[in-house]
Parts: sequence; C-alpha cells; structure tokens
Amino acid sequence: MSDSAILKTSRLTPVGARRASLWREIFRARWAYLFVAPFFVFFALFSLYPVLFSLYLSLTEWKGLGPINFVGLDNYQRLLNDTIFRQAMLNGVLLFIMYVPLMTLLALVLAVILNSKRVRGFRIFRTIIFIPYVTNMVAAGFAFRLLLNQSDGLINQMLAVVDIPPVPWLESIAGARVSLCLLIVWAWLGYNMVLMLAGLQTIPADLTEAAQIDGANYVQSFMYITIPLMRPVLTFSIVLSTMGSFGLFTEVSILTNGGGPINATITPIVDIFNQAFVNFRLGYASAMAYVYFAFIFVLTLFQMRYLSRTEET
Amino acid sequence: MTTIATSLRIGRPPVPLSLRIRHFIENVFLYAFLIGISAFMLIPFIWMLSTSLKPPDEIFTKPPVFLSPHANLDSYTFLLQNGILRNVANSFIIALAATLLSLFFCSLGGYGFAKFRFPGKAAMFAFLLGTMIIPFTIIMAPLFVMMRNFRWIDTFWPLIIPGAANAFGIFFMRQYISTLTSELLDAARIDGAGEFAIYRRVVLPIIAPGLVSLGMIFFMSSWNNYLWPLIILKSPEHFTLPLLIRSTIGPAGRTIWNVQMAASVISIIPLLVIFLVFQRRFVEGITAGAVKS
Repeated sequence: MSDSAILKTSRLTPVGARRASLWREIFRARWAYLFVAPFFVFFALFSLYPVLFSLYLSLTEWKGLGPINFVGLDNYQRLLNDTIFRQAMLNGVLLFIMYVPLMTLLALVLAVILNSKRVRGFRIFRTIIFIPYVTNMVAAGFAFRLLLNQSDGLINQMLAVVDIPPVPWLESIAGARVSLCLLIVWAWLGYNMVLMLAGLQTIPADLTEAAQIDGANYVQSFMYITIPLMRPVLTFSIVLSTMGSFGLFTEVSILTNGGGPINATITPIVDIFNQAFVNFRLGYASAMAYVYFAFIFVLTLFQMRYLSRTEET
Repeated sequence: MTTIATSLRIGRPPVPLSLRIRHFIENVFLYAFLIGISAFMLIPFIWMLSTSLKPPDEIFTKPPVFLSPHANLDSYTFLLQNGILRNVANSFIIALAATLLSLFFCSLGGYGFAKFRFPGKAAMFAFLLGTMIIPFTIIMAPLFVMMRNFRWIDTFWPLIIPGAANAFGIFFMRQYISTLTSELLDAARIDGAGEFAIYRRVVLPIIAPGLVSLGMIFFMSSWNNYLWPLIILKSPEHFTLPLLIRSTIGPAGRTIWNVQMAASVISIIPLLVIFLVFQRRFVEGITAGAVKS
C-alpha cells in the first residue's frame, strides 16, 4: 500500500489521541490536498464568488458601473410580467417537445442499425454522422441560413423539383422553430448516437440471442432487453438534450438573428445576454439567470428521478 | 435432430427464398435511411465549400450549381489579405494554452482523488461533482465584471484561466487513473522520489492516452466557443475564428456569403483533421463519462 494510505484508527483509542491521529492523517496526505487544491481555489474564485455576487445583484439595480441600488425582490416581481422572458421559456418548452423525442428516437435507431452487423461501411456512416459535432456553431448556423434562404436557397430549390412551393424556413414562426430544431439535430445526432452505441456495446450479445432463440421477435427483444439495459445511457442523453434545448445561444444568435421572427425562437440565454450586455441591466439579468437555473434544476431532478425510478421495475 | 445434423454438415442452414427476399428489402430500406441521414449531415459542408469558391453573383443561381465554371479562390485570398492568419493564430494560442493548463490541473486533481486516501475525500469529490450543474449563464455577468476589474477585457486571459481546473476534467482523469495499478507509484516511492516527481515522471507518461482524449475535448470546446469570447474580445485583431465569421457581415447587414463560407471552411478544417486522425481516442473520451454515470 502507498505511504499515504491511512490505517484505520481503532475504536478504542481515546478522543484526544484520535484527534491527534486525524491531524497526522491530514499531514501525511498533504500532497493529496495540494493536488486537489487548485480546483477548489479556482472554483471559489471563478464560480462560487460569481454565483453569490449574482444572487446579490438579482436583488439590485445596477448598470455595471456606478452605484448599486438595492431593490429587494422587485426584479423577480417584474419578471412575472416579462412577456419576452415568458416567451423565451415557452420557446424552450416547445423546442424540448419537438427536439428531445426526435433526437432520442433517431439516435437510438441509428445506433441499433450500426450496432447490428448487417450494415457494411459502419465506420464511414458513424464518422459522417459525427462530423457536425466537431463543427463550430457559427459556421454551421450561417451554412444553414444559406441553405434555408426562402427565395433562392438550395433546400427550397430542391423542394421545387418535387413541386413543393418555397417554404419560409426562417421567415415564419413555425418555420424558424423547425429550422432551429433541424440545426440542433444535425449538430448533436452524432454525439447522442455514439453515446448509445457505447451503451449498446455493454449489452452482451448472447442475451438478445438467447431471447430470440426462446422465440422473442426483434421488436420484443428490443423492448424488453435493449431498452431496459440502455436506461442509464438513455437517461444521460435525454437529460443532456433537455438542458441543451433550453440552453441554446449561438444557434439562435446566428440562425435566426438572435431569436426572430418576432421572438419565436428567442431563448432564455439570449434574453439574459441581451439584458446584461446590450441593455446593461445586470441586476435584472441576474434575477432571470436565477429563475432559469431554478427551472432547469427542478426539471433535471424530476427527469432523473422519473427515468431512474422506472428502471427498478 | 436431423435438420441440425445436416445444417452442421453444410455449414449453415439453408435460408428459404422468401426470407432472403425479405432481408434484401429490409437492407434496401436500411441503406436508404443511412444514406439519407448522411446526406443531411454532409450537405451543409458541401454547400459551404461550394459557396466559398463562387463569385458573389453566382451564389444564388437557378438551378443551383455545385462547382461554378468561374470557381476561384478570391474569397480565400481576400481573407488572407485581411489578416485571417492572425485570427487563426488567436484561436490556436487560446485553445492550446487553455488545453495545456487544464490538462495539468485536471490530471493533478484526478491523480489526487484516484490514488490517495485522505480525510474528507468523499465529501470533496461529491462537492466537485455537484458543481457541474451550475450553468454558465448564472456566472457570465458577474464574471465579466470581475474580468473587467482585473483589466482583462479584450485579452486572452479570461478565455484561458477561469476554466483551467474544471470539475469535468478532474472527474474524467480520476476515472482514468483509478483503472491503473499502483505498483509503479509504490516502487517510485520506495526509491525515495518526491510526490510531485512521481506525478511528473511516473503518472504523466502512463496517462498520456487519457490526456489526448481529454485534451481533444478541451481543445474543441475552446476552439468552438462563441458566447464567452463574444463577451470578452472587443477589437477585431483579437477575434477568434467564430467571432471573425460573425463579423464578416458586410455593410447594412448584407452578407458576403462566399467570404463568410470561406472563413467557415478555414475554421472547420483544423478540428476536422484532428478528429479524423484521432477519431477513436476522441469517441472514447466523449463516451467515457456517460456510460458509467
């Protein structure tokens, strides 16, 4: 065992001796404390302090310069009637409803297809589907804007071949939401598929084979063996996708110019960014950030509990 | 019994014709699906490249043309003349510095949590994991104020320092280092090596593959970051590539598509090359945390 390993103190030692041995343990492990210390120092300085400062700011009015006026819960009260913020949260919910089931289903189906040894060129397909994940969203967002151009974009010209009239992808409310959903499916499908492939590979092949010998058809073995065993990975993927659908920034600021048309695609982050860095209302922005955080926190907790509880059955 | 015996002799049970036809039809659908998805994934890249080579008046031709007869590298030379190499260098310097510094602190912390026993370790590690739920949104405004007080606005420091010792990296390295045996460490200790020397001379070389996986994730997230550089960097000569692409919008909001797409191509290529070369390591790095937790 290593030098810094600690011998369990006997229960019979008197309290004073135990305290002395605790100090000795700490002293012996001084290098370990030194090694993990940078995280706690950085966290205190660059996360904990801003989080607390933000909480204080949320109770104030501050332009970023000059005096900080304490206003109590005014910001939170004003937030209740903020139609743009409400719209931003609602957009998050709408995107969540469109995006999360679509993404989960597509990624799972693709992973199952690529995991079955039926398809040749498995690696090529996996690589192609994964490439968007390493692409920066500014480049991708502009490329989508170019493709989805209403009058002359490639997509509408392709649709014209099969006699579909030009779709106002980025000019209409529904179109912009669908376009945003397409963009994030494009960007994240490879990531989620690779996660699920890794999950599938942890399932022993003889398990599904045994079930099929026992007469289970493909759908049955998928429903009763694959899905339950995939639950941890599915949970992880769904929770991340959910956070993602509320936490968009670059996607929206590029593809729909920061949330257009008429705020149909504005997200909480874009709204908070605008309040903090365009309108310089740092107190109000902090209150928004806290409400957003509370919402995401509860949603994540709920999802994790719900998704892992069904696991037990 | 007889059917099993004959099939053993032939090597494989005879597949009835109807089943072979069904398999064939299924395969057609499978490949059609996969090719459709692949096209969806590739079209933006193809169109980006194609547009970057077009003269401005041929960007929205009807019918669309992939390779215009007037294809040229004008947009790339325009970008070079306007100093895009400087932005490429900015992106590289920031991403490399952030990656190396983070790898140092994260491997050190991961090593501390993986191979030592010390009072309070479990609580400290649980706390570390808990910090991962704090979204950047809640920090960004006060952190900006802090950076302003440091006089770090429009410098590279805010893009390198605050994220250096991050919880995800330490969690990742802890998982990685836990799987290694302690024999070498003990041997070095018996030889009288100091603890930091053991980290540097024994631990670092063994965990090199893990450092590559994690380093690629760090490099990618720094290279592709948009929100934080947008808040911090003000002067165009300090812009990273994503900010440069954003700033190539012409006067009165008119988009110079060919130049913008050329800048996009330039911003994508380095990561694409890294990804294609180290694909396995990269995928390992990305799935490592997810499958376990």
